[in-house]
Amino acid sequence: MRSRAQAWTLTVGFLALALVPVAAALTHQPFYLDLFRRMMIFAIAAVSLDLILGFGGMVSFGHAAYLGIGAYAVAIPAFYGIESGLVQWTLAMALAGLAALVIGAVSLRTSGVSFIMITLAFAQMLYYLGISINAWGADDGMRLARRSAFGPVDLANPYVFYYVVLGLLVVLLALGHRLIHARFGVVISAARSNEPRMRAIGFATFRYKLAAFVIAGAVGGLAGALLTNQTEYLTPSYMHWTRSGDIMVMVILGGMGTLFGPVLGAIVFLLLEDLLSAWTVHWQVVLGPLLVLVVLYARSGLYGLLPGGTHRG
Amino acid sequence: MRTLKGAVVLALIAGLLVGPAGAADPLKIGFITSLSGPAGVIGKHMKDSVELALDHLGRKVGGLETEVIYGDDQRKPDVGKQLADEMLKKHKVNFVSGIIWSNVMLAVAPTVTGAGTIMVGTNAGPHELAGKMCHELYFSTSWQNDETPEAMGKYMQDQKLTDVYAMAPNYAAGKDMISGFKRYFKGTIVDEVYTKLGQQDYQAEITQLRAKNPKAVFVFYPGDMGIQFLKQYAQAGLRDQIPLYSVYTVDETTLPAVGDAAVGNYEARYWSPDLKVEASQRYVADFKKKFGYTPSYYGAQSYDGIMLIDSAVRAVKGDLNDRKGMVAAMRKADFKSTRGKFTYNVNHHPIENFYLLKAVKGASEVEMQIQKTVFENHKDAYYQECPMKW
Amino acid sequence: MLVLEQCLNGLQFGVMLFLMAAGLTLVFGIMNLVNLAHGSLYMVGAYLATAALGRTGSFLIAAVFALVATLAIGMLVEVVALRTLYERDHLDQVLATFGLILFFNEAVAIVWGRAALFTTVPRALSGFVELLPGLRYPAYRAVIILVGLAVAGLLYVVVSHTRLGMLIRAGASNRTMLAALGVNVRLLYTVVFGFGAALAALGGVMAGPIYTVLPGMGEEILIQVFVVIVIGGIGSIRGALVGAVVVGMVDTLGRAFLKPALSSTLGPSAADSAGPALASMLIYILMAAVLYFRPQGLFPAARG
Repeated sequence: MRSRAQAWTLTVGFLALALVPVAAALTHQPFYLDLFRRMMIFAIAAVSLDLILGFGGMVSFGHAAYLGIGAYAVAIPAFYGIESGLVQWTLAMALAGLAALVIGAVSLRTSGVSFIMITLAFAQMLYYLGISINAWGADDGMRLARRSAFGPVDLANPYVFYYVVLGLLVVLLALGHRLIHARFGVVISAARSNEPRMRAIGFATFRYKLAAFVIAGAVGGLAGALLTNQTEYLTPSYMHWTRSGDIMVMVILGGMGTLFGPVLGAIVFLLLEDLLSAWTVHWQVVLGPLLVLVVLYARSGLYGLLPGGTHRG
Repeated sequence: MRTLKGAVVLALIAGLLVGPAGAADPLKIGFITSLSGPAGVIGKHMKDSVELALDHLGRKVGGLETEVIYGDDQRKPDVGKQLADEMLKKHKVNFVSGIIWSNVMLAVAPTVTGAGTIMVGTNAGPHELAGKMCHELYFSTSWQNDETPEAMGKYMQDQKLTDVYAMAPNYAAGKDMISGFKRYFKGTIVDEVYTKLGQQDYQAEITQLRAKNPKAVFVFYPGDMGIQFLKQYAQAGLRDQIPLYSVYTVDETTLPAVGDAAVGNYEARYWSPDLKVEASQRYVADFKKKFGYTPSYYGAQSYDGIMLIDSAVRAVKGDLNDRKGMVAAMRKADFKSTRGKFTYNVNHHPIENFYLLKAVKGASEVEMQIQKTVFENHKDAYYQECPMKW
Repeated sequence: MLVLEQCLNGLQFGVMLFLMAAGLTLVFGIMNLVNLAHGSLYMVGAYLATAALGRTGSFLIAAVFALVATLAIGMLVEVVALRTLYERDHLDQVLATFGLILFFNEAVAIVWGRAALFTTVPRALSGFVELLPGLRYPAYRAVIILVGLAVAGLLYVVVSHTRLGMLIRAGASNRTMLAALGVNVRLLYTVVFGFGAALAALGGVMAGPIYTVLPGMGEEILIQVFVVIVIGGIGSIRGALVGAVVVGMVDTLGRAFLKPALSSTLGPSAADSAGPALASMLIYILMAAVLYFRPQGLFPAARG
């Protein structure tokens, strides 16, 4: 940590998340356990997107595809009787990473609008594929009979599952922090500001960007595996491009390129969705302009409002 | 300063979360539907019908003060499940009801029944819940998805129609509709065409259709797809040449947008606003008076859902802990349904009539009118897979 | 004969896409602005035309009203929200205009509700034209083709032979120089954006009677329009026209003939699923192929 204020904010934040189950148990409101767990799962997805979008400047409109692949990687083996969490989740990350490798290899040859369109196109193709395969439920989806099995760690217990997700989030953030402060991260960020210069210096920027893309895809796959466990349900609509839009909103709102911002973005976005939609169905009419304002004037998003927030990553 | 700002934001959020838990109403019903997005119009029909049902019951379901908590699932199964969790754990509802979409239902129903709460589905009819996944605590006041195309298939078979051209969007529901249709229709099907989900322009498909020269066309195009298809079918001049038979395509949620282009269209349904049943006539008349538009079957089902719950709570004299008693009461279906008398099959899905409807030009607008009865006391095709016995 | 009619359908669909693509690529080429809310302007045009038609009963008046009103709204949006985005990178533009999409969808739902509006083809155009003996084509769709081609012609004339066109071309090559020469670049941008918005609105006005007018109607077509622009070359109107016709043809012919073509090789039941699945992915595959061989698109606009 390079900033005491930031360290303070993060400590408070994670302590609060760790205490949610305790608070939920004390107030007899177990619902909040599920709510915050869902938020953390999307936080993981948002952080993975931030790696390529916030740091790398790669606007991938098809990120939800990796969540979908991760989700399928859990549900389909379970359907055939393979319930080992280790197998399912490793498969989720591997398949999603592989898909990212293929999609990235093609998409990263372009940039700007073409890149956006191509990532969107791939996601749409996967979605249409998903809804037409009847064997795996097509768009009706499939139920997950049991959550992923991890031996003694019983995910059916909501508290255990909560701390598993929290643990994963913390570990991923720690790894991400190391990544962006290592040479890898610096190259990605530098390539975003001025790619020709980086290439002139001698960096094979394509490889770095592709690697970042694959990492983001793999982590997205993990988020998808977690989401299926959370909902105990698989549906190809997890891959629809509007879901990619949702995750993008979380990243923007939380603060692009701040690594921890998207966590806050995911929490606030899902909270707003839950609270505001109880008041009015038209809450998006406020969200829209809010996003515009954040992009124009407050790039560090909500995270920038917190102490130590302006320090990137 | 920033610390203070952050703290204030957090405090506000915390305050909103803990918030007013609501007055201690004896009966709470959670109603999940889609209120935002393109399907919001359906959700509105359902919500308005629930409100009318509450009015008719004097805001007391089963004699108890009632609070209905609405949730917007945004057509997403994970949001639907979260809403169900919230209703069960935070609001501690006694019943969960609603749900338009099959995939949302498949995520929500097991959650609700798994928590020991009764679920009354008022639209989605996935075959899993009628068959293998049937549950003591799950009741439907609508139908099983396949029954409607089965009815249309039977009618067209009875009419000895041949050379039928079938079209549907390329997803599970589309394929189910066509296979349900073929369960009863045994004539020649000239072609089965599946189009992209959400497609706007059907001119290419209509040109192909005309070239094949079928005697009748059978389609399944829900929501905005239906509106587009119907308009384009009429504009291509086919409306008077080749009769159009459809399911879930033309109904009171889409008729206002299609207008005359729908006239002459046939639909199959278990209910229509002009059904000569006293409870239905009262429902339609009061609905039009209160909300200013014609209700649809989505609404009629939701109205029936509240009435079903009412009959159950009344039967146990308000003892909401008597689940067995309420289930037994619901099985009797002893309430004034908008479709007249119906009975429950072993899988808790209604055994009901299905009618042939036609879109005709009414006094002020195009409306659906019943032409004849196709099925009497029809059972769905999956009840034998249901292990329940009672 | 069938193939001919399907080709006409493809042309008509392509022309509809061109109306949208022209505005989008114009704005991108001149102002270097990626505007995701272009689909929202299309939607606004359709809504305003429908509302005006309800009030006046005349399609022509409604169309003119919708064009003018959307032009004004477009210019307003440009002044209020988009001015600061010109210097920003494309990422920020995409994200900000994405926010605008959410706003417009909800705003339209608040004003007109979520149910689709009733639209129909004007009585005068609801008949058929006999293009060739035996080939009857819906009159309205023929009009769409004519209007689209007329707009293409008009754009060509404006861009190549008028002073405004000269300024547009100059601004695309070197806006700093243009400003240095004393041209009010700000005003130029606002006008060009309004013009682009009017083109989108024209697309919406023409689409209203045959498609469904409801919130979010712009997203589906926006994706296809972006595919057109990427294939045709961003910033090039000629590319937009070629790209639009190609996409329209490929999509229409694919939907019509892919399944029968696959039937003979895969067998009818497999072709039932594979045909439509492949047909829906066809334009994306086409886009990927074009980008693979020519990443800048077919007719990239020269950039200064």
